Amino acid sequence: MTVSIQLEVNGKPVQAAVEPRRLLVHFLREELGLTGANIGCETSLCGACTVLVDGNAVKSCTMLAAQADGASVTTIEGLAQNGELHPLQEGFWEKHGLQCGYCTPGMILSANYLLAQNPSPNDEEIREGLKGNICRCTGYHNIVEAVKYAAERMS
Amino acid sequence: MARVLGTSIKRREDPALITGRGKYTDDLKAEGMAHAAIVRSPYAHARIRGIDTSGAEALPGVLAVLTARDVAAAGIPGVVPVGWLLPDLKTPAHPMIAADTVRHVGDAVAVVVAADRYLARDAAERVAVDYEPLDAVADVVAALEDDAPAVHEEAPGNVAFDWEIGERESVDAAFASAAHTVELDLRNNRLIPHAIEPRAVLASYDSSTGEMTIHMTSQNPHVHRLLMTLASLGMPEHKVRIVAPEVGGGFGSKIHHYADEAIVGLCSMKLDRPVKWTATRTETNLTDAHGRDHSTRCALALDADGRITGLRVDTAAAMGAYLSTFAPAVPTYLYGTLMSGQYDIPAIHCHVTGVFTHTTPVDAYRGAGRPEATYVVERLMHLAGEATGLGPVEVRRRNFVSPDAFPYQTQVALAYDSGNYGPAMDRALEMIGYDDLRSQQASRRDNGGKQIGIGFSSYIEACGLAPSAVVGSLGAQAGQWESADVRVHPTASVTVYTGSSSHGQGHETTFSQIVADRLGIEPEAVEVIHGDTDLVQFGMGTYGSRSAAVGGSAIARSVDKIIEKGKKIAAHLLEASADDLEYEDGNFRVAGSPDRSLGLGDVALQAYLAHNYPDDLEPGLSATSFYDPANFTYPFGTHVCVVEVDTETGSIELLRYAAVDDVGNVINPMIVDGQLHGGLAQGIGQALWENAVYDDSGQLVSGSLMDYAVPKIHNLIPFELDRTTTPCPHNPLGVKGVGEAGAIASPAAVVNAVVDALSPFGISHIDMPLTPEKVWRAVNS
Amino acid sequence: MYPAQFDYRRAGSVDEALSLLQENEDAKLMAGGHSLIPMMKLRLAQPPVVIDIGRLDELKGISEAGGSVRVGSLTTHADIAASDVLAAHCPVLAEAAGHIGDAQVRNRGTIGGNIAHADPGSDIPPVLVLLGASVHLQSPSGTRSVAAGDFFQDLLMTDVGEDEILTHVDAPALGAGTGAAYLKFEHPASGYAVVGAAAAVTVQGGRCTGAGLVVGGVSATPTTVDVSSLVGTDLSDDAIAAAASGLDAEDPIGDIFASGDYRVHVGKVYGKRALAAARDRA
Repeated sequence: MTVSIQLEVNGKPVQAAVEPRRLLVHFLREELGLTGANIGCETSLCGACTVLVDGNAVKSCTMLAAQADGASVTTIEGLAQNGELHPLQEGFWEKHGLQCGYCTPGMILSANYLLAQNPSPNDEEIREGLKGNICRCTGYHNIVEAVKYAAERMS
Repeated sequence: MARVLGTSIKRREDPALITGRGKYTDDLKAEGMAHAAIVRSPYAHARIRGIDTSGAEALPGVLAVLTARDVAAAGIPGVVPVGWLLPDLKTPAHPMIAADTVRHVGDAVAVVVAADRYLARDAAERVAVDYEPLDAVADVVAALEDDAPAVHEEAPGNVAFDWEIGERESVDAAFASAAHTVELDLRNNRLIPHAIEPRAVLASYDSSTGEMTIHMTSQNPHVHRLLMTLASLGMPEHKVRIVAPEVGGGFGSKIHHYADEAIVGLCSMKLDRPVKWTATRTETNLTDAHGRDHSTRCALALDADGRITGLRVDTAAAMGAYLSTFAPAVPTYLYGTLMSGQYDIPAIHCHVTGVFTHTTPVDAYRGAGRPEATYVVERLMHLAGEATGLGPVEVRRRNFVSPDAFPYQTQVALAYDSGNYGPAMDRALEMIGYDDLRSQQASRRDNGGKQIGIGFSSYIEACGLAPSAVVGSLGAQAGQWESADVRVHPTASVTVYTGSSSHGQGHETTFSQIVADRLGIEPEAVEVIHGDTDLVQFGMGTYGSRSAAVGGSAIARSVDKIIEKGKKIAAHLLEASADDLEYEDGNFRVAGSPDRSLGLGDVALQAYLAHNYPDDLEPGLSATSFYDPANFTYPFGTHVCVVEVDTETGSIELLRYAAVDDVGNVINPMIVDGQLHGGLAQGIGQALWENAVYDDSGQLVSGSLMDYAVPKIHNLIPFELDRTTTPCPHNPLGVKGVGEAGAIASPAAVVNAVVDALSPFGISHIDMPLTPEKVWRAVNS
Repeated sequence: MYPAQFDYRRAGSVDEALSLLQENEDAKLMAGGHSLIPMMKLRLAQPPVVIDIGRLDELKGISEAGGSVRVGSLTTHADIAASDVLAAHCPVLAEAAGHIGDAQVRNRGTIGGNIAHADPGSDIPPVLVLLGASVHLQSPSGTRSVAAGDFFQDLLMTDVGEDEILTHVDAPALGAGTGAAYLKFEHPASGYAVVGAAAAVTVQGGRCTGAGLVVGGVSATPTTVDVSSLVGTDLSDDAIAAAASGLDAEDPIGDIFASGDYRVHVGKVYGKRALAAARDRA
């Protein structure tokens, strides 16, 4: 069987018929070609697949595409507006908050959610807020710096 | 123009990666692409009685199901080879697909190809394998016992090799006359690399041309092509192109040639269409080569003044079920040769037994042998500080190789080219506020409650792999030079083709800085191409902290050749002698005649417009170099870790971590710091959390992120970094390498800190990882 | 990573969900999916039918009335952690919810899904048992409630019947003079509680008039510690330590990270610390 879904992805309407078992991350990557959300684990721990669903950071590997029916989804591809990088994207670039880049889309979207909840987090709040995202390259030191950079830019 | 070497310019790699446009292997699609799912053994050791593929084949959408029978029928070599031989090394065959026996959980027994990845997994579950389970042994010590189950008939006693370095007799003599001795039995815990991108491959065979393009998660595409064509698929090398697109971390795990990538290649050939396979986290943890897994007995002898007189090391090193690509080199030439550390040690003996176990193979993982060696030496130095009463700082200082003793010949083959160990220690003590910390520690000890500890690690590493003559004489079947082809275009922009393949290190940025600096042009005028066997002539790849020291030096050599060639062209154009020409800031000048000069742009254009050249001057402005280093490079430093231990629960909290590293000249400080941060996280992870645990039946119990704890952001702290600079004397850039330093130094620093905190409890050692329960049990024993 | 095939039904009401449950044998209810989907990805769960109840607004929300707080079963952990109602009337429940997983998990995971899954490392169950909360269930034959202490039956086993839906949880609001705290000893990999200690004490006129301690992670279900010895005391550190040391588990759970013995020990330590924190908040 398939399920008909209608949703908004990065501001554009999307309509599709999906297998019930299709995970949102596979739908985004394979059906829509939005390969920014990555898959790093299968136990909902690494956070590389994080996207925003109705403004909330969500692990798209732990959500069926069918569950996203009616939702508004933002992926890393939809974060820059009018060709302008989002301050978080700038921050990660400026502060060397990424190396291989695989965790970065999820990390940036989690940080985006964090800053929406708490526009000027301290170091501890940043580390607590991003605990659902694993980075194996940076030791996180510069990720904290990147988020602080963005918070300052956005305030 | 301003110098670009030594400046933190932002990475050119990042715009694609922060916008989601970077393309990793699994992001790629090909017309007609099918998906593979690999059927794996659930047993650590079993005989395969039979395989029934009919259930899978009957599923609509399934295109093929292949087993070892199909590998044999294809008439290909079908094996996964080891690339480093030792004397008397046992090299049992590692078939791409197990034919009659499986030897670790995760061993491939069949592959299913289907139109969709979900469907492929459905079909894989319908492949019925009839196993006869056999006794298995997963533990490196248990595998050496008399009655241990044999992993391979060809390797009696499960011994893959027996290797030693140094002089046993002189060490025995040192111990016989020692004033102080300290000894330690330790385990170096097995680690799973956990590159956050699981391994993946997209193989596209085209029968009309006989060519195959393989996009894959690779740290060294040319090495993969060589092993893939020679030993696995039996294809002519020139018919195979391997491309590493964006690669999501490697840490060693993407150096090695694995069965899975070859299996997917075979599927593509068989079906004549593109086939993709992306490992799940569970699969990648069962098949990526693991790291470490040593059991070691070691001892240090010192004289009455606290000077080291001898070091004895005996290690059993797990190889896993098969010998992976570089596996035999790791616990031998990358381990035993590092045993002198930063110290002047007159007698060293290191004996290593390589051991087959019914587990995932073990191979190079960030640091590869050097973290294990540093851990041995620096744990012993901590104990020596206690035993002699000199403390951790003075015992190290007293034994440092003196700055005027370089080049220093160790007792374990390596000759250190340069070093100056005292200043790094001084700076680390200053940064951490050592005396204050010791008084805080004393008052905590008086008051009870949470205890603090201070741990040191003064490490050395041999990196910049590797001087080919040296490694060749040590048993490598290959040199480890690197190539660089630098082409100056007619408009004076430059393309570099490097054999050093980046997977997160920022090569494109760093290498552009090398060229820009040497050529006196803007970094933006330099393009860096890597990771594609069709574009790059040949390359050894990225591992062993070799990219800057070897890959970068190759680039520098090529640039130097270009300048020499440019001088000839400029001399021709200026009607001067090439010997009189100088090159500075992008201009060729006639010495002593400042008005007679030509810019690089003029020379480059004329190099291609060449129409009136003399016979001995060729057109064009490009150069290729194959740079083979004269020696290893020897980064060093001192790290200090401060921890707080909750003695009531055994929990450890990191309070401070200061690292002073000497990696020689620095090309991009921001990137160098980032490499250190990442290495520190992995080394601290090994010390505190990470552990690949097998149960007695050979099941990997910590195979998922639910049980295997990679460091998370809320468990780490900011790192305090500084540097001293002792340039490498034998390469053109004076650089040494930095990728592994953090992972090499930090495990010993962390464990020494915890043991220091707990010394009032009479604790002298706890094996990694220092889980709260182990610490609590030690406190209460 | 790839769930097996199943049929998907989306319920528009509790009644529709109940009838779908009756019509489809072995069907699974899915709220936020954060317990079920991970099991399905590993194919440890392969339900033939999944009934998505995630859109039933009637099961969402937090309210307070008559000295009791009500949390709808589909309320997310994020909403519980951030709830003003709970901050005012039952902050310990919000505190525990804030410890669950990470921000992304809290945005999708629900209290109903969490307690119906009944993982021994979950943060919510010990708090509900401590509070004396009641869990409300609905079936075609009506509604019933069960005390949290009876709801958790064994490892991953609860009192929810095959034909029932968990609708909400009621918990008594904390009265004046009552302080409560939840302390978590977190697993460094999974983020679950190795041990989670929930404690409450009531203090009147400098004397303890009531105390409770429930520890999760030690056994298959939350372990209640008899801390009645604290009543009448001034809640000295010594009295608290003695009371917490009464933690006992006949068959403690253990894994490669923490053995049963060790969990019991940490349960006592965290129990003590949670009681002290509760005292300081009373």
